[in-house]
This record gives sequence, C-alpha cells and structure tokens, in this order.
Amino acid sequence: MEFIVLLGTPLLGALTLGMLGGRRWAPEANVVFSLVTFFAACALTSRVVAHGNLSVGHEQFFVDAFNVFLVTLTAFVGLTTSLFSRPYMRIEAEHGRVTAGQLRLYHSMYQMFIATMLIALTTNNMGLMWVAMEAATLSTVLLVTLYRTPASLEAGWKYFILCGVGISQALFGTILMYFAAEKVLGSEGVSALLWTHLNSVKSQLEPSVLGLAFVFLLVGYGTKVGLAPLHNWLPDAHAEGPTPISAVLSGLLLNVAMYAVVRCKVLVEGSLHSTLPGRMLMGFGLLSVVLAAFFLWRQRDVKRLFAYSSIEHMGIIAFAFGMGGPVANFAALLHMTVHSLTKSSIFFAVGHATQKAGSQLMDNIRGLITLSPTVGWGLMMGTLAILGTPPFGVFASEFLILTTAMKQQPWATPILLLALGVAFAAIFGRVQSMVFGDTTAKRLPHPPALVPVFAHLGLVLMLGFFIPPYLADWYRAAARLIGGQ
Amino acid sequence: MNALSWDLQLLNTLAALLLLLSFAMLAQRRIVALVNLLALQGTLLFIATLLLAWRTGDHNLYISAGLTLGLKVIFLPWLLHRLIRRLGVYWDTEPLLNITGTMLVGVLVVIFSFGLAQPISALASTATRNSIGIAVAVILIAFLTMITRRKAMSQVVGFLSMENGLFFGAMSATYGMPMVVELGVALDVLVAMLVLGVFFFQIRDQFDSLDLKNFEALKEDQ
Repeated sequence: MEFIVLLGTPLLGALTLGMLGGRRWAPEANVVFSLVTFFAACALTSRVVAHGNLSVGHEQFFVDAFNVFLVTLTAFVGLTTSLFSRPYMRIEAEHGRVTAGQLRLYHSMYQMFIATMLIALTTNNMGLMWVAMEAATLSTVLLVTLYRTPASLEAGWKYFILCGVGISQALFGTILMYFAAEKVLGSEGVSALLWTHLNSVKSQLEPSVLGLAFVFLLVGYGTKVGLAPLHNWLPDAHAEGPTPISAVLSGLLLNVAMYAVVRCKVLVEGSLHSTLPGRMLMGFGLLSVVLAAFFLWRQRDVKRLFAYSSIEHMGIIAFAFGMGGPVANFAALLHMTVHSLTKSSIFFAVGHATQKAGSQLMDNIRGLITLSPTVGWGLMMGTLAILGTPPFGVFASEFLILTTAMKQQPWATPILLLALGVAFAAIFGRVQSMVFGDTTAKRLPHPPALVPVFAHLGLVLMLGFFIPPYLADWYRAAARLIGGQ
Repeated sequence: MNALSWDLQLLNTLAALLLLLSFAMLAQRRIVALVNLLALQGTLLFIATLLLAWRTGDHNLYISAGLTLGLKVIFLPWLLHRLIRRLGVYWDTEPLLNITGTMLVGVLVVIFSFGLAQPISALASTATRNSIGIAVAVILIAFLTMITRRKAMSQVVGFLSMENGLFFGAMSATYGMPMVVELGVALDVLVAMLVLGVFFFQIRDQFDSLDLKNFEALKEDQ
C-alpha cells in the first residue's frame, strides 16, 4: 500500500501538473505531491524497519536496507526542493525568465523526475532500472534548457547525447549480464534479470562475461554519476538549468546512479572472486577527485563551482565503495547522505544569491551578509560543511574514509588529502568574497525559502555529532550487503 | 560439417548486411539518405527478428518484431524526415575526419569487435551466436559516426543506429531481453525522439542552424 502511494503520487503529480501546472497554485500543488510522497516513504521505511525486506509485484520491486534509506533521502530532498522552488520559480516568472507554459513543463517534469528515480531505486529488475535511469535523463533534458539561452541549449544537448551514449553502454552491460544469468537461471520468466535472484547465484555466473559486463556498466552508469573522464555534461547541466533542478541533479540523481553502479559491483565481485571491480571504482574515483579539485580553480560561475565539487564528492564515494569492507561502505553511505543534504542546501542558498545579484558569475556576487544575513550565513555554513570542517557530518564520513584508506590503500591517502586541500582553498576563498564584501543590489520581491537550507544543514550537523541508532543499523546492514574485501 | 539450414544462412546474410549498412552510414553525408539507411537497417532488423521468431517459436519475439516495425521502420524515419523538411537541414558539413580515414578506423573497429565478442560467442547457445561480433561492430561504428559528425541530426541518426546494434546484440545473444524491458527501452527511445524534436526547434530558434560548431560557449574547461 505505502509502496503504491510512493510510486503513484509523483506519477499522478506529473500528470496533473502536466495539465494544470501553469496555474497560480501549481507550486503549492507540487509541494503537496512531494509531501505525500515523503510520508509514503516514511511509512515504507517504518514498515521495513519493523518487518524486514519487502518484495512487491511478483518480485519486480523490492526494498532492502540499502535502497530504503536512499528512498527516504530522495523523497525528503524532493520535498525540501519543492519548498525551495516555490518562491524561486515565482521570482523567475516575475523576472520574465519563464512563461506559464514553461512552468507547467517544469512542475510536471519535476514530479516525473522524482518518480523515475524512485522506480530506479526500488526496482528489482536490472533492465527496468536501466529504463528508469534513462527516463530520469529524458525528464530533465527539457528542464536544463528551460531558459532557452544558447548556453542552456548547448548544456542540454551535451547532457542528452553524453548521457544517452553512456547509458547505451550500460544497456549493453545489462544484456551481457542477462546473457550470463540465463545460463544459470534459465530464460523462462524474467527471473534472470531480478537482482535478488542474481545475487543468490552470483558465484555461478560466468566470470569472463560478467567482467566484460561490468566495464560497460561502470562506464554507462559512471557517466551519470559524473565520474571523470565522463563528467563533461555535469557542470554544464548544473549551471544552466533552474537552480532547484541543479539541487536535485546533484543531490539525488548522482546518488541514484551510484546506487546502480554499486548494485552491479556486488554481483560482479561475487562472480569474479576478485577485487578487480573495486579497483576499477577506486581508479575512477581517485581520478575524479583529483581532476575536479584542480578544475575548481578555473571556475567563474558559482553553480559550476559547486557542480565540480559534486564530481569531487562522487569520486570520494566511488573510492570508498571501491575499497569495500564494512567500514568503508558505511562511510560511503554516510557520505552519500550528507553530501546530498549539504549540496542541495548550498544550491538553495546559491539560487537565492544569484537571484539577488542577477548573475551567476562569482565576481558579480558580493556582500550577501549585508543583503540577506540568512542567505549569506546559509551559504557560508553549507560551504564549511561540504569542505569537511568539523563538526559537520561530512567531516565524519571523510575522516572514516581517510582512516580506512590509510589502513587498506596507504598509497592513495596523500593524493586524497592533497585534492581535499586544493578543493578547500579553491572553494573557501571564492565563497568568502561572495558572502562578505560590499554590495549595491536590491531586495527580492518574494521572501526566500530558507527553512530547507537550515533544515538540511541542521541534519548534517546532527549526523556529525550523533547518528541515530536505527540509521546506524541501516547503514551497517547495507554495508554488509554491499560487502567487498 | 553440416550445411547450415536456409533460415540460418539468411540470418547470417542479414547480419552481414546490417554491418554493411553501418559502413554506408559512416560514409554518407546527405542527411536524407542517412535517415533512409537507418530505416533500411530497421527493416533488416525487423526481418531478422521475424525469422528468428518463426525459427524459435518464441511469442515475445513476434511482439519485438512488431515493435521494431512500428517504431524503427515507420515512425522514427517518418519523424526524422518531417524534422528535416521543417528545419531544412539536408547536408552535413565535412566530417571531422575525412571519409577514407573514417572507413579505415571502421575496419579496425570491426576487427576489435570480433575479438571482444569471441568469449561471449563461445559461451552462447543460440543459433545466432556468430552474429554477436557483428552486433558489437554495429554499436561501435554507430559510435564512430556520432563522434565524427558535426550536425545534430546526424548524431541522432548515429544514436539510433547504436540502439539498433544493441537490439541486435540482445537478440543474437539471448533471443531478446524480457518483454517488460524491451517495452521500456522502446518507450524510452520514443520519448527521447519526441524530446529531441522539441529540442531541435529550440536550437534552431536560437542559432538559426543545427550546426554544433555554434556550441562554443561552454568549452573553457575541456
């Protein structure tokens, strides 16, 4: 029941808002749909906590410790982003950047995007997961190009083609996986693509085929995660679309893609009996961290700056999952959570800051602290959190990842530390001059939505001090499930 | 060694023709002809699927064949032709690498693909296992088409040709994916093309052209 509501609400929302999304009350309706989705996710979570794993619809969908917390996170950030987008899109409409028709498209596709991500997370069918991931790209392409500026069209085109090609590789990987599974499970029915079935026979799957499949799957879903060198679409798509979309792309889509990679890694590692998939993930992860850290210096657009920071953090997460083992997996899951919360809150603050300054160029954004102390402090705190300063949660997860790296992969630690240091210097210097400094800009017509910013940062702060026991249990259960080492 | 049955021979011929068409697409610069080649590729795929369905008696393959006919032979070429007429894009500019060079790279790609597909073919139990190498080659040549073209429209044709290769690969290796997945993939392709249609008009309104060399603004960090 909860499950049907969870997937049904955003789909219904997409339909309703597709027809009526241009009305005056559409932003509120968007919030209501997101709220119902969030409640359904909470109900589902409490049920999984009480009764263990859940399987729905002839095993086509399933919920376990690994995906249930991502479902809740997705629904939560979906809700807070809809709260943020309410005043944000109103202001955009008043500035004449979007018409009623574009708003309708925006609201409808926003709900559609949430729906596709929830399907990708909860489906048990590797093929359906692919379909949902591709649908997630398609539903956001027209949102990236919402403003119809030349730069946004280019960003949309890059996003469409690079992710399209990338995800085709993942389809080939999925075909290969099906091919290997069919030998063991038989082609009758569709059980040969169901993850739970694959997981139970993973040691019998043909290693040479699965090894090849993993290369394609990693490249394919890795493109969506934004792992270097396949990250080219990511900064453009984040910078040119409306800010609520940057927040959900960065906070949610990258997580969902990472989830797909990890699900595949579990199967392949079980079949190969070696750590090759883990090593590949570590390699891609480390490359992303280093590349992103140095590209951060060259950015002049504030949204591009934080988009590169997302690449960096996805690299850290990939590296941690690559190391494997209970501690590293735990840290990676925690990092996924805190990164998602922090990065979306930063984008909320950045969104209001750019609207105040009327520009995304960092040189034009000055003196946020005098203009609007809450936006200024929000951005400052968010930045400190994302850079891994204690006592925020990002510090806890990065600390865990670094100490595990020192034990298991000592060679990588100096590289990671260097990259983190470089990123710190690059981002902190820029943000400082944006927050402090003189300004002449005017106030905004609508009061900005700052509850989401501080709600997210509050949660991240709490996770830095204290992880609630049931959350820690989930993380541990999920970490065991992912295994490795 | 037994002589191959006629239907298997026909299937192999179709596979060879698919690869030949991929090369033709690699060399073709007229966009209308490119779309026609794509439609022809779709038709071959349709015949191959139908033949395989008849051979194996698999009902799902009949549905796949129907989907291929509707989507790849009729609807997508129609949509692309319509877009070409309304947007007035008939010729692609000189590819980034000249045609002879591209063809030579294409030959290398085919050799590489057969090497790559060798272990998979060895394990497959389907009658069509020898075509897996061809499917991989079609995918990679389509990829080559995409990266050597400048016009958005030719890149899209390359993208669809890649999808054809994937479909053919799934068919040769496992007689197709489960139905629910195939329907999903077909739906995604359909939606992708509709999104693209909208997208092309946006690009043209902004740039008065579909030439991707206009896309220079975001190059600073490559």
